[in-house]
Amino acid sequence: MQRTLTQLAPQLVTLAAVVLLVWVVFPGFLDIRLVDGRLVGPVIDILKRGAPVALLATGMTLVIATRGIDLSVGTVMAICGAVAAWAIDGGFGLGGALALAIVAGLVAGLWNGTLVAIVGIQPIVATLILMTAGRGIAQLITEGRILTFTHDGFAWLGSGTLLAVPVPAVIWVLTGIAAALLMRRTALGLLVEAVGINRRAAALAGVNATVLLIAVYMASGLCAALAGIITAADIRGADANNAGLWLELDAILAVVIGGNSLLGGRFSVAASLIGAMIIQTIDTGILLAGFPSEYNLVIKAALVLVILVLQSPRFAAEWRTWRAARAEPRPAGQVQEDAP
Amino acid sequence: MLTIRSLTKRFPGTLALDDVRFDLRAGEVHALLGENGAGKSTLIKCLTGAYRPDGGEIRLDGAKIAPRSTSEAQELGIGTVYQEVNLLPNLTVAQNLCFGREPRRAGMIRTRAMTRAAQDMLDPYGLDIDVTRDLGHYSVAIRQIVAIARAVALSGKVLILDEPTASLDAREVKMLFDVVRGLKARGLGIVFVSHFLDQVFDLSDRVTVLRNGRHIVTEDIAALDRLSLIEHMLGHALETEVADHATSHDAVIARPEMLTFRGMGRAGVVGPFDLDVGQGEVVGLAGLLGSGRTESAEYLFGLRSGGTAEDIKGPIPIDTPRKAIAAGFGFAPEDRKTDGIVAELSVRENIALALQARRGWARPMPRAEQQRLARMYIERLDIRTSDAEKAVGDLSGGNQQKVVLARWLAMNPRFLILDEPTRGIDVGAHAEILRLIHELVGEGMSLLVISSELDELIAVADRVIVVRDRAHVAELTGAEIRADTIVRAIARHDEIGEVA
Ligand SMILES: Nc1ncnc2c1ncn2[C@@H]1O[C@H](COP(=O)(O)OP(=O)(O)OP(=O)(O)O)[C@@H](O)[C@H]1O
Ligand SMILES: [Mg+2]
Repeated sequence: MQRTLTQLAPQLVTLAAVVLLVWVVFPGFLDIRLVDGRLVGPVIDILKRGAPVALLATGMTLVIATRGIDLSVGTVMAICGAVAAWAIDGGFGLGGALALAIVAGLVAGLWNGTLVAIVGIQPIVATLILMTAGRGIAQLITEGRILTFTHDGFAWLGSGTLLAVPVPAVIWVLTGIAAALLMRRTALGLLVEAVGINRRAAALAGVNATVLLIAVYMASGLCAALAGIITAADIRGADANNAGLWLELDAILAVVIGGNSLLGGRFSVAASLIGAMIIQTIDTGILLAGFPSEYNLVIKAALVLVILVLQSPRFAAEWRTWRAARAEPRPAGQVQEDAP
Repeated sequence: MLTIRSLTKRFPGTLALDDVRFDLRAGEVHALLGENGAGKSTLIKCLTGAYRPDGGEIRLDGAKIAPRSTSEAQELGIGTVYQEVNLLPNLTVAQNLCFGREPRRAGMIRTRAMTRAAQDMLDPYGLDIDVTRDLGHYSVAIRQIVAIARAVALSGKVLILDEPTASLDAREVKMLFDVVRGLKARGLGIVFVSHFLDQVFDLSDRVTVLRNGRHIVTEDIAALDRLSLIEHMLGHALETEVADHATSHDAVIARPEMLTFRGMGRAGVVGPFDLDVGQGEVVGLAGLLGSGRTESAEYLFGLRSGGTAEDIKGPIPIDTPRKAIAAGFGFAPEDRKTDGIVAELSVRENIALALQARRGWARPMPRAEQQRLARMYIERLDIRTSDAEKAVGDLSGGNQQKVVLARWLAMNPRFLILDEPTRGIDVGAHAEILRLIHELVGEGMSLLVISSELDELIAVADRVIVVRDRAHVAELTGAEIRADTIVRAIARHDEIGEVA
């Protein structure tokens, strides 16, 4: 536990800094009230609105740990939302709709995983196929309209509360915990990391790299399905064009802000989840601070840039050298370490 | 010409170089020796700007230098072959050779000129390969020669060779040495790192020994003999060296048949060949590089499919490595960097990896058990690491090799294939590993050992199979296993006809 906390320290500090920043601009930021048996306040709102990105980031972390990337998750959200809405309208009931949506996510992951692990296409290209083609599939399901539905049970998944906490927040937290436990209480985490660092060496040591790769893309598809369900439930309809649009980029960003390397290997689901919350805090903070909306993306980009620079190993090395140089003056001509 | 004074380099948990001095004269070959982890590669990397030293100074021709990057060192006239070949497998051989110095006209690379330049660079090594193919397509040994050719071309004053001969066979070693002698005559200073003492005595003029990051001695080679050199390296005398082996070659011992392989291989790659392996038998595979030794091993381990395997109970499927492992096979590959280690994982995790893969993901190996395993092999193979949690990529080359061996020994396979098992391993550990091999064989494990080092094969093998031109051409047993007979069997083709 102690060790986990130290490992997460950079992300926790960043989150605290961002929260502080928003709180300075918008003093009411940390207020939480209980209204009609549900918690309300900006922080609660962040936990709820951050759900899709947090879910996507959970799956994305595993994919990136294998040195892959899944660009299709935003689209898969749209497909799964459409499947769920269509199934509700078609009278499959809540259980049937959820099952179908989840199966759709798993199938999408299977497709991506097969392209990557068996056909051998580079992940970025392989998942780009579904990213672009998938919106078309979603539109076929919704027949080009926004497919609305009325089903209180389903809508509860998007806008209801459980013990005063928004249901989407409960879902992403539980999913994240489940993923982290699955990785660390079994040997999966180690095997995934080994495949991500050196697939060939791992396979020679008997690791079933092909199956593992397919599995992580399916996990990513599953997470995208959950995110799609929540999004559809929240607006009580499936919007094939806009659901999950560009969210894959936020998910990748969350993983990176979480300190996970895009080159694969060591990973932390918890760190990615904190990364997702950092992003959502920035998003919500910008809105609360009341900047004109055209500034939103610029401010967000600037903040993200600052965070990434502060977290980069290069910067850390420079910082250490600088501090050491101040402590004991060094002869000139010694500069920072080049990676060999 | 090159002087290094009180060089110090610290890594977390290790003092890799402690107040080291080193001199290189123009026109000499200066051997840099020491155990695995002594600091040889670190010294070289400090010299070439790959690492920044924590203290000390380096002077080239009297002027203080502090190269910040390897390219800066190249501009100063220092060419280097690193222990782990770091060329770009996705580029062609010619592109690798000319990288950064491509012949251009009006900014455009002149491909034809580059191809010709590349061929000229490889010419002295008798290597006649298609330089327009990707480097990754070729074997470790060929990549090694390409790296050497590139470094030689870059070195104006100093050439540094960090274990350049680790995967070369006798023929290429000779050609490399001829090239080095030519450079020496031209007044270059050459730093030569090797664990092959014969080569050190053959090539070098002076020797510097490091131990635990400290400078121990610098001497003329003529003033030292083999035993005193080893003593300087290890800090104590070596009880037995490889030469007096426990395997008796006088009698051919009948062993219970364990595995029979039929029709392994495919025309154009290697074979097809048949192989019978007895329980507790050590089969050696000798041959030049490119002869099909590694490919033979790949068929036996299911990395390539072709042929059938059988034990006394019946056929066993070995068409993938996983199936081969399930059948009790193991394979420690030749190229530890790309096929062996998982660099960012710890020593503990690397050793436990194969065992964990066999148990399956759902049954994680308890951490305490992994730690026990790691501690045991760190001690048995004398793996020099600050602790079991250190990333394997941060270990010295020879110690990485030991970790790969440990991974397979921990599996206790019934049939273990070792492709160049002692590549980059120092004399002390070498003897220790051969002893371990004898012990395992005594317990009934069968081995297939591929090695370019004839002494090693002679020391361990009950039977030596000679591979030539992608076919198994001869089999030597008992008293026939001698250096001269093996060499003759490997070379027969050369004697009869003319080779390219
Ligand atoms: N990047 C690194 N990070 C941490 N420790 C390192 C790093 N590189 C080397 N070391 C440590 O420094 C010591 C010296 O390593 P070095 O590679 O110089 O040994 P070497 O003499 O070249 O050995 P070998 O014969 O096995 O190649 C070793 O203990 C090694 O673990
Ligand atoms: Mg070394």
